[in-house]
Amino acid sequence: MMVSLTKRYRFSASHRLHNEGLSTEENSRVFGKCNSPYGHGHNYIVEVTLRGPIDPSTGMVMDLGLLDQTVQQEVLDRFDHTYLNLDVPNFQGRVPTTENLCVEIYNLLRGRLEAAEGNAHLEKVRLEETSSNSFEYSGVTANKSEQAMREKR
Amino acid sequence: MIYLTRRAEFSASHYYHNPALSAEENRRVFGKCNNPHGHGHNYTVEVTVAGEVDDTTGMVLDLKDLKAVLESEVLELMDHKFLNKEVPVFATKIPTTENIAVEIWNLLAAKLPSGRLHRIRLYETDDLYVDYYGE
Repeated sequence: MMVSLTKRYRFSASHRLHNEGLSTEENSRVFGKCNSPYGHGHNYIVEVTLRGPIDPSTGMVMDLGLLDQTVQQEVLDRFDHTYLNLDVPNFQGRVPTTENLCVEIYNLLRGRLEAAEGNAHLEKVRLEETSSNSFEYSGVTANKSEQAMREKR
Repeated sequence: MIYLTRRAEFSASHYYHNPALSAEENRRVFGKCNNPHGHGHNYTVEVTVAGEVDDTTGMVLDLKDLKAVLESEVLELMDHKFLNKEVPVFATKIPTTENIAVEIWNLLAAKLPSGRLHRIRLYETDDLYVDYYGE
């Protein structure tokens, strides 16, 4: 019996979408008001989905205390109440779009969660920037998806 | 193929305890959920049925029938109950959200008037839910 378990967490952070490799005009054209020089903030909601068999001894897919602790250390302590462009090393040289943040959170969580619980795997990270915008990442790299598209053709 | 979802709520209490573990191990594994007097939640269950649209009715299944099955099979059994003591299957199985979702699937899968049960999503709180697809 495989069950997927999802838990939701919240953090607040600011960011500015800006690419040093582009001119001022190009940045303004590409990123619009998200290029505003001092940054702007969001209340992010992150949903972490784990998939695995139910452990017959505990009735659980994963120890929720351990999940909370891992998300607290890897995500909330790192990103909450920060300016993503300047306060965390993760976005040096990389635009802190919610896409990139979603992939970063997936990668931060994956190794630790899978080392902790042999049977459950990180199925998905879903990140809401606003109630209208959300992003999902399941660990599929561009190379793999490009390969899959080629195979389809 | 259409996927139709109906939501229902029930309130119940539970506690987590494995008799094969010592009192200390139970406290370590289950933390405050091990309190033997139990604690409660407002659960939300979402039942998703997959099926073809019937030409005559334009429906996958009659929602009244789905509501009636959900009430007779799940809500009457679990609503306002202490799951460990009052729902027989949880006398021997820990009533975690995972196990409750599987049990709801088992209660409903064969009782649907039409369509095929696709998913049970069970929210224990707004921030925590499990999905079970019968696999």
